[in-house]
Amino acid sequence: MSVLVVIECDKGEVKKSSLEVATYASQVAQQLGTTATAVAVGEATEDNLAKLGEQGISKVLYDAEPRLKDFVNGAYTKLIAAAAEQESAQVLVLANSNIGAAVGSRLSIRLKASLATNAVELPKTDGGQFVVKRGAFSGKALADVALTTDRKIIAVKKNSIEAQHEAGKTASVENFSANLTDADFADAPKEVVMQDQAGGVLLPEADLVVSGGRGMKGPENWNLIEDLAKALGAATACSKPVSDTDWRPHHEHVGQTGITISPNLYIACGISGAIQHLAGVNSSKVIVVINKDPEAPFFKAADYGIVGDVFDVLPKLTQAVKELG
Amino acid sequence: MKFLVCISNVPDTTTKITFTPDNKEFNKAGVQFVINPWDEYALTRAIELKEAQGGGTVTVLNVGEADTEPNIRKALAIGADDAIRVNAAPKDAFFVAEQIANVAKDGGYDVILMGKESIDYNGFQVHGMVGELLGIPTVAPAMKLDMSGNTATLEREIEGGKEIVEVNTPFVASCQQPMCEPRIPNMRGIMTARTKPLKVVEPTGDAPRTEVTEFALPPKKQGVKLIDAENAGELIKLLRNEAKVI
Repeated sequence: MSVLVVIECDKGEVKKSSLEVATYASQVAQQLGTTATAVAVGEATEDNLAKLGEQGISKVLYDAEPRLKDFVNGAYTKLIAAAAEQESAQVLVLANSNIGAAVGSRLSIRLKASLATNAVELPKTDGGQFVVKRGAFSGKALADVALTTDRKIIAVKKNSIEAQHEAGKTASVENFSANLTDADFADAPKEVVMQDQAGGVLLPEADLVVSGGRGMKGPENWNLIEDLAKALGAATACSKPVSDTDWRPHHEHVGQTGITISPNLYIACGISGAIQHLAGVNSSKVIVVINKDPEAPFFKAADYGIVGDVFDVLPKLTQAVKELG
Repeated sequence: MKFLVCISNVPDTTTKITFTPDNKEFNKAGVQFVINPWDEYALTRAIELKEAQGGGTVTVLNVGEADTEPNIRKALAIGADDAIRVNAAPKDAFFVAEQIANVAKDGGYDVILMGKESIDYNGFQVHGMVGELLGIPTVAPAMKLDMSGNTATLEREIEGGKEIVEVNTPFVASCQQPMCEPRIPNMRGIMTARTKPLKVVEPTGDAPRTEVTEFALPPKKQGVKLIDAENAGELIKLLRNEAKVI
Protein backbone atom coordinates (compact mmCIF):
# COMPACT_ATOMS: atom_id res chain seq x y z
CA MET A 1 0.00 0.00 0.00
CA SER A 2 1.30 3.46 -0.80
CA VAL A 3 0.38 6.93 -2.00
CA LEU A 4 1.36 7.77 -5.57
CA VAL A 5 1.53 11.36 -6.80
CA VAL A 6 1.69 12.53 -10.42
CA ILE A 7 4.31 15.26 -10.94
CA GLU A 8 4.02 17.51 -14.00
CA CYS A 9 7.27 18.92 -15.34
CA ASP A 10 7.95 21.50 -18.01
CA LYS A 11 11.31 22.41 -19.55
CA GLY A 12 13.11 20.48 -16.84
CA GLU A 13 11.35 22.21 -13.93
CA VAL A 14 8.72 20.74 -11.60
CA LYS A 15 5.57 22.88 -11.85
CA LYS A 16 4.63 24.84 -8.74
CA SER A 17 1.26 23.08 -8.53
CA SER A 18 3.12 19.76 -8.54
CA LEU A 19 5.25 20.82 -5.56
CA GLU A 20 1.93 21.45 -3.81
CA VAL A 21 0.48 18.04 -4.70
CA ALA A 22 3.75 16.34 -3.68
CA THR A 23 3.35 17.96 -0.26
CA TYR A 24 -0.32 16.93 -0.18
CA ALA A 25 0.58 13.33 -1.07
CA SER A 26 3.29 13.00 1.57
CA GLN A 27 0.88 14.33 4.21
CA VAL A 28 -1.80 11.82 3.11
CA ALA A 29 0.87 9.09 3.32
CA GLN A 30 1.65 10.17 6.89
CA GLN A 31 -2.05 10.01 7.77
CA LEU A 32 -2.21 6.46 6.40
CA GLY A 33 1.13 5.36 7.85
CA THR A 34 2.81 4.73 4.53
CA THR A 35 5.20 6.40 2.08
CA ALA A 36 4.65 8.65 -0.93
CA THR A 37 6.11 7.78 -4.33
CA ALA A 38 5.97 10.04 -7.37
CA VAL A 39 5.64 9.33 -11.07
CA ALA A 40 6.89 12.24 -13.17
CA VAL A 41 5.61 13.25 -16.62
CA GLY A 42 6.83 15.90 -19.04
CA GLU A 43 10.38 17.10 -19.54
CA ALA A 44 12.28 16.68 -16.27
CA THR A 45 15.87 16.63 -15.02
CA GLU A 46 17.10 14.04 -12.54
CA ASP A 47 18.35 16.75 -10.18
CA ASN A 48 15.00 18.49 -10.01
CA LEU A 49 13.16 15.20 -9.49
CA ALA A 50 15.54 14.23 -6.67
CA LYS A 51 14.67 17.52 -4.97
CA LEU A 52 11.09 16.25 -4.51
CA GLY A 53 12.55 14.75 -1.33
CA GLU A 54 12.09 18.25 0.11
CA GLN A 55 8.33 17.74 -0.21
CA GLY A 56 8.55 14.35 1.52
CA ILE A 57 8.68 12.09 -1.54
CA SER A 58 10.87 9.00 -1.08
CA LYS A 59 11.08 7.72 -4.67
CA VAL A 60 10.41 9.15 -8.12
CA LEU A 61 9.62 7.00 -11.17
CA TYR A 62 10.49 8.56 -14.50
CA ASP A 63 10.28 7.34 -18.08
CA ALA A 64 12.63 9.39 -20.26
CA GLU A 65 10.80 8.40 -23.49
CA PRO A 66 11.04 11.62 -25.58
CA ARG A 67 7.45 11.41 -26.84
CA LEU A 68 6.25 11.84 -23.24
CA LYS A 69 7.61 15.38 -23.18
CA ASP A 70 4.25 16.70 -24.41
CA PHE A 71 0.92 15.68 -22.94
CA VAL A 72 -0.50 12.53 -24.56
CA ASN A 73 -3.67 11.36 -22.84
CA GLY A 74 -3.44 7.69 -23.86
CA ALA A 75 0.25 7.25 -23.01
CA TYR A 76 0.11 9.23 -19.75
CA THR A 77 -2.89 7.20 -18.57
CA LYS A 78 -1.13 3.89 -19.28
CA LEU A 79 2.14 5.04 -17.68
CA ILE A 80 0.49 6.24 -14.47
CA ALA A 81 -1.75 3.17 -14.24
CA ALA A 82 1.32 0.92 -14.52
CA ALA A 83 3.07 2.92 -11.79
CA ALA A 84 -0.02 2.66 -9.56
CA GLU A 85 -0.07 -1.13 -10.00
CA GLN A 86 3.67 -1.52 -9.37
CA GLU A 87 3.48 0.56 -6.20
CA SER A 88 0.14 -0.93 -5.05
CA ALA A 89 -1.07 2.63 -4.72
CA GLN A 90 -4.16 3.00 -2.59
CA VAL A 91 -4.37 6.74 -3.10
CA LEU A 92 -3.37 8.57 -6.27
CA VAL A 93 -2.89 12.35 -6.08
CA LEU A 94 -2.77 14.73 -9.06
CA ALA A 95 -2.99 18.48 -9.68
CA ASN A 96 -6.47 19.65 -10.68
CA SER A 97 -4.97 20.89 -13.95
CA ASN A 98 -6.01 20.25 -17.53
CA ILE A 99 -3.58 17.32 -17.54
CA GLY A 100 -4.58 16.04 -14.11
CA ALA A 101 -8.30 16.10 -14.86
CA ALA A 102 -7.86 14.48 -18.27
CA VAL A 103 -5.82 11.53 -17.02
CA GLY A 104 -7.41 11.35 -13.56
CA SER A 105 -10.87 10.75 -14.98
CA ARG A 106 -9.63 7.97 -17.30
CA LEU A 107 -7.57 6.42 -14.49
CA SER A 108 -10.59 6.29 -12.18
CA ILE A 109 -12.20 3.84 -14.59
CA ARG A 110 -9.05 1.85 -15.34
CA LEU A 111 -8.10 1.50 -11.66
CA LYS A 112 -11.72 1.11 -10.44
CA ALA A 113 -11.18 4.08 -8.16
CA SER A 114 -13.42 6.80 -6.78
CA LEU A 115 -12.41 10.30 -7.83
CA ALA A 116 -12.63 13.70 -6.16
CA THR A 117 -11.49 16.68 -8.23
CA ASN A 118 -11.03 20.28 -7.09
CA ALA A 119 -9.96 19.14 -3.58
CA VAL A 120 -9.11 22.01 -1.23
CA GLU A 121 -8.03 20.22 1.97
CA LEU A 122 -6.36 17.05 3.18
CA PRO A 123 -8.80 14.11 3.49
CA LYS A 124 -10.47 13.25 6.78
CA THR A 125 -9.69 9.61 7.43
CA ASP A 126 -11.07 9.02 10.93
CA GLY A 127 -13.76 6.40 11.60
CA GLY A 128 -12.87 4.32 8.55
CA GLN A 129 -14.20 7.01 6.22
CA PHE A 130 -12.28 8.86 3.55
CA VAL A 131 -13.81 12.29 3.05
CA VAL A 132 -12.42 15.03 0.80
CA LYS A 133 -13.53 18.67 0.87
CA ARG A 134 -13.87 20.08 -2.64
CA GLY A 135 -15.07 23.25 -4.30
CA ALA A 136 -18.52 23.11 -5.94
CA PHE A 137 -21.06 25.49 -7.50
CA SER A 138 -18.28 27.45 -9.18
CA GLY A 139 -16.66 28.45 -5.91
CA LYS A 140 -19.97 29.38 -4.27
CA ALA A 141 -19.97 26.26 -2.06
CA LEU A 142 -17.83 23.50 -0.58
CA ALA A 143 -18.80 19.84 -0.56
CA ASP A 144 -17.51 17.03 1.67
CA VAL A 145 -17.36 13.96 -0.53
CA ALA A 146 -16.92 10.41 0.78
CA LEU A 147 -14.86 8.21 -1.54
CA THR A 148 -16.31 4.74 -1.16
CA THR A 149 -14.06 2.39 -3.14
CA ASP A 150 -10.75 0.87 -1.94
CA ARG A 151 -8.74 2.95 -4.38
CA LYS A 152 -9.04 6.71 -4.34
CA ILE A 153 -7.92 9.46 -6.70
CA ILE A 154 -7.71 13.08 -5.57
CA ALA A 155 -7.09 16.05 -7.89
CA VAL A 156 -5.96 18.97 -5.73
CA LYS A 157 -6.92 22.55 -6.57
CA LYS A 158 -4.01 24.91 -7.06
CA ASN A 159 -2.94 27.04 -4.12
CA SER A 160 -4.93 24.91 -1.63
CA ILE A 161 -1.87 23.73 0.26
CA GLU A 162 1.51 25.38 0.72
CA ALA A 163 4.44 23.40 -0.66
CA GLN A 164 6.83 22.40 2.14
CA HIS A 165 10.59 22.55 1.64
CA GLU A 166 12.75 20.40 3.92
CA ALA A 167 16.16 21.41 2.68
CA GLY A 168 18.67 18.68 2.01
CA LYS A 169 16.24 15.77 1.70
CA THR A 170 16.40 13.96 -1.65
CA ALA A 171 14.31 11.32 -3.35
CA SER A 172 15.74 8.40 -5.29
CA VAL A 173 15.02 8.65 -9.01
CA GLU A 174 14.34 5.37 -10.83
CA ASN A 175 13.90 4.66 -14.51
CA PHE A 176 10.45 3.38 -15.14
CA SER A 177 8.91 1.94 -18.27
CA ALA A 178 5.31 1.00 -18.99
CA ASN A 179 6.26 -0.65 -22.31
CA LEU A 180 4.42 2.01 -24.28
CA THR A 181 3.74 1.24 -27.94
CA ASP A 182 2.97 3.46 -30.92
CA ALA A 183 -0.76 2.85 -30.34
CA ASP A 184 -0.47 4.61 -26.96
CA PHE A 185 0.66 7.75 -28.79
CA ALA A 186 -2.25 7.77 -31.27
CA ASP A 187 -3.61 10.98 -29.72
CA ALA A 188 -0.21 12.69 -29.50
CA PRO A 189 -0.35 16.38 -30.41
CA LYS A 190 0.63 17.35 -33.96
CA GLU A 191 1.79 20.67 -32.67
CA VAL A 192 2.13 22.49 -29.37
CA VAL A 193 1.69 26.25 -29.36
CA MET A 194 2.68 28.16 -26.23
CA GLN A 195 1.33 31.64 -25.62
CA ASP A 196 3.36 34.73 -25.10
CA GLN A 197 2.98 35.40 -21.41
CA ALA A 198 2.98 39.02 -20.42
CA GLY A 199 5.98 39.30 -18.10
CA GLY A 200 6.58 35.57 -18.41
CA VAL A 201 4.12 34.60 -15.65
CA LEU A 202 1.67 31.81 -16.46
CA LEU A 203 -1.86 32.80 -15.38
CA PRO A 204 -3.08 29.41 -14.04
CA GLU A 205 0.08 29.03 -11.93
CA ALA A 206 0.39 32.66 -10.83
CA ASP A 207 0.49 33.76 -7.18
CA LEU A 208 -0.37 37.35 -8.09
CA VAL A 209 -2.80 38.45 -10.81
CA VAL A 210 -3.69 41.90 -12.14
CA SER A 211 -6.92 41.87 -14.14
CA GLY A 212 -8.76 44.43 -16.25
CA GLY A 213 -12.39 44.88 -17.27
CA ARG A 214 -14.45 47.15 -19.49
CA GLY A 215 -13.52 50.06 -17.25
CA MET A 216 -10.11 50.03 -18.94
CA LYS A 217 -11.94 51.50 -21.97
CA GLY A 218 -9.79 49.83 -24.64
CA PRO A 219 -6.82 47.55 -25.39
CA GLU A 220 -4.56 50.58 -25.87
CA ASN A 221 -4.74 51.20 -22.12
CA TRP A 222 -3.52 47.76 -21.11
CA ASN A 223 0.01 49.05 -20.55
CA LEU A 224 -1.30 50.31 -17.18
CA ILE A 225 -2.29 46.74 -16.21
CA GLU A 226 0.95 45.32 -17.61
CA ASP A 227 3.13 47.89 -15.83
CA LEU A 228 1.66 47.02 -12.44
CA ALA A 229 1.82 43.28 -13.22
CA LYS A 230 5.46 43.60 -14.24
CA ALA A 231 6.37 45.55 -11.12
CA LEU A 232 4.69 42.90 -8.94
CA GLY A 233 5.83 39.87 -10.95
CA ALA A 234 2.15 39.12 -11.55
CA ALA A 235 0.24 37.54 -14.43
CA THR A 236 -2.43 39.50 -16.33
CA ALA A 237 -6.07 38.49 -16.75
CA CYS A 238 -9.32 40.00 -17.96
CA SER A 239 -13.12 39.77 -17.70
CA LYS A 240 -15.40 38.13 -20.28
CA PRO A 241 -16.55 41.31 -22.11
CA VAL A 242 -12.88 42.18 -22.64
CA SER A 243 -12.03 38.84 -24.26
CA ASP A 244 -15.37 38.78 -26.16
CA THR A 245 -14.46 42.06 -27.85
CA ASP A 246 -10.91 40.79 -28.52
CA TRP A 247 -9.23 43.48 -26.47
CA ARG A 248 -7.37 40.60 -24.87
CA PRO A 249 -6.90 36.92 -25.84
CA HIS A 250 -9.34 34.25 -24.62
CA HIS A 251 -6.76 32.49 -22.45
CA GLU A 252 -6.71 35.53 -20.16
CA HIS A 253 -10.47 35.36 -19.47
CA VAL A 254 -11.23 34.39 -15.89
CA GLY A 255 -14.78 33.66 -14.82
CA GLN A 256 -17.61 31.15 -15.01
CA THR A 257 -16.86 30.11 -18.59
CA GLY A 258 -13.23 31.15 -18.60
CA ILE A 259 -10.56 29.78 -16.34
CA THR A 260 -10.82 29.54 -12.58
CA ILE A 261 -7.89 30.83 -10.58
CA SER A 262 -7.06 30.99 -6.90
CA PRO A 263 -4.01 33.21 -6.53
CA ASN A 264 -2.82 34.80 -3.29
CA LEU A 265 -3.68 38.23 -4.67
CA TYR A 266 -6.20 39.25 -7.33
CA ILE A 267 -6.34 42.92 -8.30
CA ALA A 268 -9.48 43.76 -10.31
CA CYS A 269 -9.28 47.03 -12.28
CA GLY A 270 -12.45 48.44 -13.80
CA ILE A 271 -14.39 45.18 -13.31
CA SER A 272 -17.88 45.56 -11.83
CA GLY A 273 -17.93 42.05 -10.39
CA ALA A 274 -20.77 40.18 -12.10
CA ILE A 275 -21.52 36.90 -10.34
CA GLN A 276 -20.15 35.00 -13.37
CA HIS A 277 -16.82 36.78 -13.03
CA LEU A 278 -16.68 36.15 -9.27
CA ALA A 279 -17.13 32.42 -9.93
CA GLY A 280 -13.70 32.38 -11.53
CA VAL A 281 -11.82 34.29 -8.85
CA ASN A 282 -13.71 34.03 -5.55
CA SER A 283 -11.27 31.56 -4.03
CA SER A 284 -8.39 34.04 -4.34
CA LYS A 285 -6.87 34.63 -0.89
CA VAL A 286 -6.90 38.44 -1.10
CA ILE A 287 -9.05 40.44 -3.52
CA VAL A 288 -8.42 44.11 -4.33
CA VAL A 289 -11.03 46.06 -6.30
CA ILE A 290 -10.39 49.37 -8.04
CA ASN A 291 -13.51 50.93 -9.53
CA LYS A 292 -14.86 54.46 -9.87
CA ASP A 293 -18.39 53.26 -9.08
CA PRO A 294 -18.74 52.88 -5.29
CA GLU A 295 -21.83 50.70 -5.91
CA ALA A 296 -19.90 48.12 -8.00
CA PRO A 297 -20.92 44.72 -6.59
CA PHE A 298 -17.30 43.54 -6.59
CA PHE A 299 -16.57 45.66 -3.49
CA LYS A 300 -18.77 43.25 -1.48
CA ALA A 301 -16.41 40.38 -2.33
CA ALA A 302 -13.22 42.39 -1.82
CA ASP A 303 -10.73 42.61 1.03
CA TYR A 304 -9.34 45.98 -0.05
CA GLY A 305 -10.88 48.57 -2.31
CA ILE A 306 -10.16 51.90 -3.89
CA VAL A 307 -13.05 53.98 -5.20
CA GLY A 308 -11.36 55.89 -7.97
CA ASP A 309 -10.40 56.17 -11.59
CA VAL A 310 -8.19 53.28 -12.74
CA PHE A 311 -6.26 55.64 -15.03
CA ASP A 312 -5.31 57.69 -12.02
CA VAL A 313 -4.86 54.90 -9.44
CA LEU A 314 -2.89 52.30 -11.42
CA PRO A 315 0.22 54.44 -12.06
CA LYS A 316 0.30 55.35 -8.37
CA LEU A 317 0.21 51.66 -7.40
CA THR A 318 2.95 50.79 -9.88
CA GLN A 319 5.08 53.60 -8.49
CA ALA A 320 4.46 52.45 -4.90
CA VAL A 321 5.51 48.88 -5.77
CA LYS A 322 8.72 50.14 -7.35
CA GLU A 323 9.45 52.18 -4.24
CA LEU A 324 9.09 49.07 -2.06
CA GLY A 325 12.16 47.63 -3.73
CA MET B 1 -22.36 11.50 -39.03
CA LYS B 2 -24.05 10.84 -35.68
CA PHE B 3 -23.38 13.32 -32.89
CA LEU B 4 -24.28 12.69 -29.26
CA VAL B 5 -24.35 15.80 -27.09
CA CYS B 6 -24.58 15.34 -23.32
CA ILE B 7 -26.21 18.17 -21.38
CA SER B 8 -26.59 18.88 -17.67
CA ASN B 9 -29.46 20.69 -16.05
CA VAL B 10 -27.90 23.25 -13.68
CA PRO B 11 -28.98 26.22 -11.56
CA ASP B 12 -28.87 29.51 -13.46
CA THR B 13 -25.50 31.24 -13.12
CA THR B 14 -26.95 34.00 -10.93
CA THR B 15 -28.51 31.59 -8.40
CA LYS B 16 -27.92 32.18 -4.72
CA ILE B 17 -26.71 28.82 -3.44
CA THR B 18 -28.53 27.33 -0.40
CA PHE B 19 -28.94 23.80 0.89
CA THR B 20 -31.58 21.56 2.45
CA PRO B 21 -31.69 21.73 6.30
CA ASP B 22 -29.47 18.62 6.64
CA ASN B 23 -26.91 20.25 4.26
CA LYS B 24 -26.83 17.11 2.13
CA GLU B 25 -28.52 18.48 -0.98
CA PHE B 26 -28.80 21.66 -2.99
CA ASN B 27 -32.06 23.48 -2.24
CA LYS B 28 -33.91 23.59 -5.57
CA ALA B 29 -36.85 25.64 -4.27
CA GLY B 30 -37.52 28.66 -6.47
CA VAL B 31 -34.40 28.10 -8.56
CA GLN B 32 -34.37 28.54 -12.33
CA PHE B 33 -32.52 25.73 -14.11
CA VAL B 34 -30.67 26.16 -17.41
CA ILE B 35 -28.62 24.09 -19.83
CA ASN B 36 -25.11 24.01 -18.39
CA PRO B 37 -23.32 26.94 -20.13
CA TRP B 38 -20.32 24.80 -21.14
CA ASP B 39 -22.66 22.25 -22.75
CA GLU B 40 -24.08 24.99 -24.98
CA TYR B 41 -20.74 25.12 -26.80
CA ALA B 42 -20.91 21.36 -27.43
CA LEU B 43 -24.52 21.56 -28.65
CA THR B 44 -24.05 24.50 -31.00
CA ARG B 45 -20.81 23.13 -32.47
CA ALA B 46 -22.45 19.73 -33.15
CA ILE B 47 -25.32 21.47 -34.97
CA GLU B 48 -22.87 23.62 -36.98
CA LEU B 49 -20.84 20.56 -38.02
CA LYS B 50 -23.97 18.64 -38.99
CA GLU B 51 -25.13 21.58 -41.12
CA ALA B 52 -21.70 21.85 -42.77
CA GLN B 53 -21.79 18.13 -43.59
CA GLY B 54 -25.27 18.50 -45.07
CA GLY B 55 -26.60 15.48 -43.18
CA GLY B 56 -26.44 13.39 -40.04
CA THR B 57 -28.12 13.70 -36.67
CA VAL B 58 -27.57 15.46 -33.37
CA THR B 59 -28.97 13.56 -30.39
CA VAL B 60 -29.15 15.22 -27.00
CA LEU B 61 -28.67 13.11 -23.89
CA ASN B 62 -29.48 14.09 -20.33
CA VAL B 63 -29.28 12.03 -17.15
CA GLY B 64 -32.02 13.51 -15.01
CA GLU B 65 -35.53 13.23 -13.66
CA ALA B 66 -38.62 14.50 -15.47
CA ASP B 67 -38.06 18.10 -14.30
CA THR B 68 -35.13 18.45 -16.75
CA GLU B 69 -37.39 18.08 -19.80
CA PRO B 70 -37.95 21.82 -20.38
CA ASN B 71 -34.21 22.22 -20.95
CA ILE B 72 -34.06 19.11 -23.13
CA ARG B 73 -36.85 20.70 -25.24
CA LYS B 74 -34.80 23.88 -25.35
CA ALA B 75 -31.85 21.93 -26.77
CA LEU B 76 -34.20 20.50 -29.40
CA ALA B 77 -35.39 24.03 -30.15
CA ILE B 78 -31.79 25.17 -30.64
CA GLY B 79 -31.44 22.50 -33.33
CA ALA B 80 -30.89 18.97 -32.02
CA ASP B 81 -32.90 16.31 -33.86
CA ASP B 82 -33.93 14.01 -31.05
CA ALA B 83 -33.28 13.44 -27.36
CA ILE B 84 -32.78 10.70 -24.80
CA ARG B 85 -33.36 11.14 -21.09
CA VAL B 86 -31.98 8.56 -18.69
CA ASN B 87 -34.55 8.65 -15.93
CA ALA B 88 -32.39 9.08 -12.81
CA ALA B 89 -30.98 11.80 -10.62
CA PRO B 90 -27.30 12.30 -11.56
CA LYS B 91 -25.80 10.76 -8.41
CA ASP B 92 -22.12 11.28 -9.20
CA ALA B 93 -19.80 11.63 -12.19
CA PHE B 94 -19.14 7.88 -12.42
CA PHE B 95 -22.85 7.07 -12.40
CA VAL B 96 -23.55 9.64 -15.13
CA ALA B 97 -20.58 8.47 -17.21
CA GLU B 98 -21.85 4.88 -17.11
CA GLN B 99 -25.29 5.96 -18.30
CA ILE B 100 -23.76 7.95 -21.17
CA ALA B 101 -21.45 5.08 -22.13
CA ASN B 102 -24.35 2.63 -22.16
CA VAL B 103 -26.46 4.88 -24.40
CA ALA B 104 -23.44 5.49 -26.65
CA LYS B 105 -22.68 1.76 -27.00
CA ASP B 106 -26.18 1.07 -28.31
CA GLY B 107 -26.37 4.14 -30.52
CA GLY B 108 -23.21 3.87 -32.62
CA TYR B 109 -22.34 7.56 -32.32
CA ASP B 110 -19.31 8.95 -34.16
CA VAL B 111 -18.73 12.03 -32.02
CA ILE B 112 -19.64 12.44 -28.34
CA LEU B 113 -19.52 16.03 -27.10
CA MET B 114 -20.16 17.65 -23.75
CA GLY B 115 -19.15 20.77 -21.85
CA LYS B 116 -15.86 20.96 -19.99
CA GLU B 117 -17.64 20.56 -16.66
CA SER B 118 -20.98 21.33 -15.04
CA ILE B 119 -21.19 24.62 -13.19
CA ASP B 120 -22.80 22.93 -10.17
CA TYR B 121 -20.61 19.91 -9.47
CA ASN B 122 -17.52 21.26 -11.33
CA GLY B 123 -16.24 17.70 -11.65
CA PHE B 124 -14.42 17.93 -15.01
CA GLN B 125 -14.53 14.11 -14.93
CA VAL B 126 -17.31 12.71 -17.12
CA HIS B 127 -15.50 13.12 -20.48
CA GLY B 128 -12.53 10.97 -19.47
CA MET B 129 -14.69 8.36 -17.77
CA VAL B 130 -16.91 7.98 -20.87
CA GLY B 131 -13.86 7.72 -23.14
CA GLU B 132 -12.27 5.08 -20.95
CA LEU B 133 -15.52 3.09 -20.57
CA LEU B 134 -15.87 3.04 -24.37
CA GLY B 135 -12.15 2.58 -25.03
CA ILE B 136 -11.96 5.64 -27.30
CA PRO B 137 -9.83 8.82 -27.16
CA THR B 138 -10.87 11.91 -25.22
CA VAL B 139 -9.82 15.45 -25.94
CA ALA B 140 -10.41 17.75 -22.97
CA PRO B 141 -10.84 20.66 -22.76
CA ALA B 142 -11.27 21.44 -26.46
CA MET B 143 -11.35 25.05 -27.67
CA LYS B 144 -11.78 24.27 -31.37
CA LEU B 145 -13.22 21.33 -33.30
CA ASP B 146 -13.19 20.80 -37.07
CA MET B 147 -14.08 17.64 -38.98
CA SER B 148 -12.75 16.39 -42.28
CA GLY B 149 -14.19 12.99 -43.17
CA ASN B 150 -13.70 10.79 -40.13
CA THR B 151 -10.80 12.83 -38.80
CA ALA B 152 -11.24 15.61 -36.28
CA THR B 153 -8.74 18.37 -35.64
CA LEU B 154 -9.02 19.87 -32.19
CA GLU B 155 -7.28 22.50 -30.14
CA ARG B 156 -6.81 21.30 -26.61
CA GLU B 157 -6.07 23.82 -23.90
CA ILE B 158 -3.02 23.13 -21.74
CA GLU B 159 -1.66 25.39 -19.02
CA GLY B 160 -0.02 28.25 -20.89
CA GLY B 161 -0.84 27.13 -24.42
CA LYS B 162 -2.60 24.68 -26.66
CA GLU B 163 -2.04 21.36 -28.37
CA ILE B 164 -3.27 20.65 -31.88
CA VAL B 165 -4.63 17.09 -31.77
CA GLU B 166 -5.98 14.88 -34.55
CA VAL B 167 -8.21 11.93 -33.70
CA ASN B 168 -10.42 9.62 -35.73
CA THR B 169 -14.03 8.87 -34.91
CA PRO B 170 -15.34 7.70 -32.56
CA PHE B 171 -14.03 10.06 -29.88
CA VAL B 172 -15.16 12.17 -26.92
CA ALA B 173 -14.46 15.89 -26.57
CA SER B 174 -15.32 18.25 -23.74
CA CYS B 175 -15.93 21.73 -25.07
CA GLN B 176 -15.25 25.27 -23.96
CA GLN B 177 -15.00 28.68 -25.51
CA PRO B 178 -14.04 30.02 -28.00
CA MET B 179 -15.32 26.97 -29.89
CA CYS B 180 -18.42 28.73 -31.23
CA GLU B 181 -21.04 31.32 -30.41
CA PRO B 182 -23.78 29.39 -28.57
CA ARG B 183 -27.14 29.66 -30.34
CA ILE B 184 -30.43 30.57 -28.76
CA PRO B 185 -33.72 29.06 -29.93
CA ASN B 186 -35.75 30.88 -32.58
CA MET B 187 -39.53 30.76 -32.92
CA ARG B 188 -39.49 28.08 -35.60
CA GLY B 189 -37.15 25.97 -33.47
CA ILE B 190 -39.45 26.29 -30.47
CA MET B 191 -42.46 25.18 -32.57
CA THR B 192 -40.71 22.15 -34.09
CA ALA B 193 -39.11 21.09 -30.78
CA ARG B 194 -42.53 20.16 -29.40
CA THR B 195 -42.88 17.23 -31.78
CA LYS B 196 -39.27 16.02 -31.92
CA PRO B 197 -38.75 12.57 -30.35
CA LEU B 198 -37.72 12.46 -26.67
CA LYS B 199 -37.10 8.91 -25.52
CA VAL B 200 -36.98 8.07 -21.80
CA VAL B 201 -34.86 5.09 -20.75
CA GLU B 202 -34.25 3.62 -17.31
CA PRO B 203 -30.74 3.72 -15.77
CA THR B 204 -28.40 0.74 -15.80
CA GLY B 205 -24.94 0.14 -14.39
CA ASP B 206 -23.23 0.16 -11.01
CA ALA B 207 -23.68 2.14 -7.83
CA PRO B 208 -22.04 5.58 -7.57
CA ARG B 209 -18.53 5.67 -6.10
CA THR B 210 -18.79 8.93 -4.21
CA GLU B 211 -21.34 10.49 -1.89
CA VAL B 212 -21.71 14.07 -0.70
CA THR B 213 -21.85 13.95 3.08
CA GLU B 214 -22.20 17.69 3.62
CA PHE B 215 -22.41 20.97 1.72
CA ALA B 216 -21.25 24.24 3.22
CA LEU B 217 -20.91 27.84 2.10
CA PRO B 218 -17.39 29.24 1.89
CA PRO B 219 -16.25 31.44 4.78
CA LYS B 220 -17.55 35.00 4.45
CA LYS B 221 -15.24 37.91 3.69
CA GLN B 222 -14.77 40.27 6.61
CA GLY B 223 -15.80 43.30 4.62
CA VAL B 224 -13.86 45.61 2.38
CA LYS B 225 -11.23 48.01 3.72
CA LEU B 226 -11.36 51.17 1.61
CA ILE B 227 -8.26 53.19 0.80
CA ASP B 228 -8.49 56.79 -0.39
CA ALA B 229 -7.72 57.13 -4.12
CA GLU B 230 -5.49 60.13 -3.42
CA ASN B 231 -3.37 57.94 -1.19
CA ALA B 232 -3.43 54.82 -3.37
CA GLY B 233 0.17 53.85 -2.58
CA GLU B 234 -1.00 53.01 0.95
CA LEU B 235 -2.66 49.90 -0.51
CA ILE B 236 0.69 48.45 -1.50
CA LYS B 237 2.00 48.87 2.06
CA LEU B 238 -1.09 47.10 3.44
CA LEU B 239 -0.65 44.24 0.96
CA ARG B 240 2.92 43.76 2.15
CA ASN B 241 2.61 44.39 5.89
CA GLU B 242 -0.97 43.43 6.73
CA ALA B 243 -2.14 40.89 4.13
CA LYS B 244 1.45 39.70 3.56
CA VAL B 245 0.80 38.66 -0.04
CA ILE B 246 3.53 40.68 -1.81
